[in-house]
Amino acid sequence: MTDWKEDVYTVLKGAGVQHLAYVPDAGHATAIQRFEAHADVSSVVLTTEEEGIGYLAGAWLGGERGALLMQSSGVGNCINTLSLNANAKFPLLMVVTMRGDWAEFNPWQNPMGQATEAVLNQMGVRTWRADRPEDVAPLIKGAAVMAFDGDSACAVLLGQRLIGEKTW
Amino acid sequence: MVALNRREAVAALLEDRRDLLVVTGLGSPTYDVAAVEDHPRNYYLWGAMGSAATIGLGLAKARPDDKVLVITGDGEMMMGLGALATIAVQAPKNLTIAVLDNGQFGETGAQSSHAGHGVALERVAESVGFDWSSRVTDQAGLEDLRARIHSGDAFGLAAITIATGEEKRVMPSRDGVEIKNRFRAALGVV
Repeated sequence: MTDWKEDVYTVLKGAGVQHLAYVPDAGHATAIQRFEAHADVSSVVLTTEEEGIGYLAGAWLGGERGALLMQSSGVGNCINTLSLNANAKFPLLMVVTMRGDWAEFNPWQNPMGQATEAVLNQMGVRTWRADRPEDVAPLIKGAAVMAFDGDSACAVLLGQRLIGEKTW
Repeated sequence: MVALNRREAVAALLEDRRDLLVVTGLGSPTYDVAAVEDHPRNYYLWGAMGSAATIGLGLAKARPDDKVLVITGDGEMMMGLGALATIAVQAPKNLTIAVLDNGQFGETGAQSSHAGHGVALERVAESVGFDWSSRVTDQAGLEDLRARIHSGDAFGLAAITIATGEEKRVMPSRDGVEIKNRFRAALGVV
């Protein structure tokens, strides 16, 4: 059985990520924990997701790579700030845990969750969806290549069927 | 007391700038910095309001041996107020934020801003845990701020009280890719 949560960390680390900016989500907990154990990686907790867009642009200006982790609700906070990537072609590698797309108990998550992919695409961000554990590693790997070697804005969306039904 | 002129204040901060890295917030701060010199170690913003401080943070973290100065306006800084908390957690010793504070949204018709209504950015920075913060109102304060920018041993924010009114627009390139590549080339990263 593929441990996709571990894969998120392994693939990002392998892609040379030295800065991890995030608003936490349970689905990202493993990656955040692994990165925070590395003294040579800057782990940056954000008050709102768009801070990560600017932060990673700054890191890239200084010659370093990073990734941005968030939940789908946070994509809405990023919209205007993504004009930075559209204009200046800063690499952007986002990994987004989805809400509102399968077995969602909280309808307040639905509007943004169901608009996430369209919004990203409209702002010039390429997207890929992972709904099976074995898709996570190759999709993030490919997105990292297109981001860092191709100066593109890329997002991998981790579907709710992958993450599993939220239990209380 | 006569309020500082924004162009003269920015020129004073950038005097003998050495290897200083500068990020500018959209609007007048971009023009103010370009008016001093269109330096390859300047990164100008023309949009993405609220991002000047976070770009400065990422840059400061990636280049710990360089000094980084963010020059932005009070309205732009207010849009990224949470970034001050994010910066305080990271505590990059080589980062200074200089906010040109005229208490107005100068680009859009001089509407009174939050700073104009009394919200003091230097007190916000202090309360979230910046090493230092200050209000600059005169030439001596600018000289002190310039020394702090180059000291690299503490991160801070200075709110600089400037006179209202617009200066002549000195517009650097709006080509974000060109400015980005020029900046990285100046640092020797490709």
